[in-house]
Amino acid sequence: MEGKLSVKHLLGIKDLQLSDIELIFKTAENFKAILNQPIKKVPSLRDKTIANLFFENSTRTKLSFELAERRLTADVISLAASSSSVSKGETLLDTVNNILAMKVDVVVMRHPNPGAAVFLSKRVNSVIINAGDGAHEHPTQALLDAFSIREKLGDLKGKRIAIVGDILHSRVALSNIFCLQKCGAEVMVCGPATLLPKHIHSLGVKVESNLKKALEWCDVANMLRIQLERQNISYFPSLRDYVLQYGLTLDILNSLSKKIVIMHPGPINRGVEISSEVADSDQSIILQQVENGVAIRMAVLYLLSN
Amino acid sequence: MLERIILSPQNFKLTLNRLCYQLIENYNNFENTVMIGLQPRGTFLAQRIHEQLISEMGKTNLLLGSLDVTFYRDDFRKHDAPLIPQATDIDFTIEDKKVILVDDVLFTGRTIRSGLDAMLSFGRPQKVELMVLIDRRFSRDLPIEPNYVGKTVDTIASEKVKVMWKQSDGEDLVKLITT
Repeated sequence: MEGKLSVKHLLGIKDLQLSDIELIFKTAENFKAILNQPIKKVPSLRDKTIANLFFENSTRTKLSFELAERRLTADVISLAASSSSVSKGETLLDTVNNILAMKVDVVVMRHPNPGAAVFLSKRVNSVIINAGDGAHEHPTQALLDAFSIREKLGDLKGKRIAIVGDILHSRVALSNIFCLQKCGAEVMVCGPATLLPKHIHSLGVKVESNLKKALEWCDVANMLRIQLERQNISYFPSLRDYVLQYGLTLDILNSLSKKIVIMHPGPINRGVEISSEVADSDQSIILQQVENGVAIRMAVLYLLSN
Repeated sequence: MLERIILSPQNFKLTLNRLCYQLIENYNNFENTVMIGLQPRGTFLAQRIHEQLISEMGKTNLLLGSLDVTFYRDDFRKHDAPLIPQATDIDFTIEDKKVILVDDVLFTGRTIRSGLDAMLSFGRPQKVELMVLIDRRFSRDLPIEPNYVGKTVDTIASEKVKVMWKQSDGEDLVKLITT
């Protein structure tokens, strides 16, 4: 049996169709099974070379992509911006074209500027996978989040997911909204008004400023980090004030009328958006998200590298 | 298009019986033995043989699994679109086990080669044997030969062997299709 994605690059969830998402999930389930074998490596991409270009810091995504590529037996080169010629003034297009001249088939890129992946996909002849572009999209994170919810709750249709925290600076939030809606889930965003984008309603999401109300409404709460590195002005009076209003603690969790699932894309700021007890509780699927991340990225690489 | 029946429902049943007895001759009680059907259609033969050995012949030791070889294939880049895998279901270890690998039709041997690779990812078996329902001899690309064969046929590459199963197609039948 053959199957194909409707896109040539993975730039954002916005471009995907539901059938694409389902194909990625189905393939990822098989890769997840392979990751539980004693030998976790398959030769599918042994003729491919993949470059990971991270122009912005990353731990989880970079390691997860690298591991996924190695598990598929691809040849892997990785570049971190801080140690590259980018700091000497080379343009993005020149950097990438130089790397492609070394016969690279797939480029996985994280970049601080929104649209960097789209820009590249129009100008270079290789498969581009967006690993996060500014505050725009982070498609593989959204796919692994939706995959993890589906694994935990069986289906996404009709499920209610609340995304809590710094929505304004979050690429995870935008990709998650697109992905969850395509899968038939209802989405609510919750955070201080200053950290919600102005026209967020137009995406068809519910908006709530009260954490308790959002948690009572949802089946799953996805807690986002406050992205201080992207904030050049103060969006709330103090971190302490934010924690008091939007920090998820065990007390709040236990006061809810039902058991909800807790997610976090990482990195966690323990004691800020989520308390340690909640992050480590049995309602949290944070580490399952990380585990599923490798399988999802293997599926995306496999389906796009043909 | 010309269709010829090469295994009628009646002969199909006799062939399955014979394969079961051949296995019993070599494995007796099937201690420490597992049977693995290759996805998608090798699993049908594995299920049937397994079922018959258990229900009619009381050989309850034999474990059954199914294995998908998609990611281990060597013709991955030869198709227009990526091949989509089926489920692998092996909930036992094959370390030091005797393995009977099962497929419906043996043609070039490339699927079996992928199957051996995929299987070895689960551990190091003591020994592996191959059972197929139909052996299209003289068409091998690789030096792979079956240990148990339902029926051997002489075919040319443009011909197609179609195996139908009661479980999925309503009846047990093997046809040779010439175009």
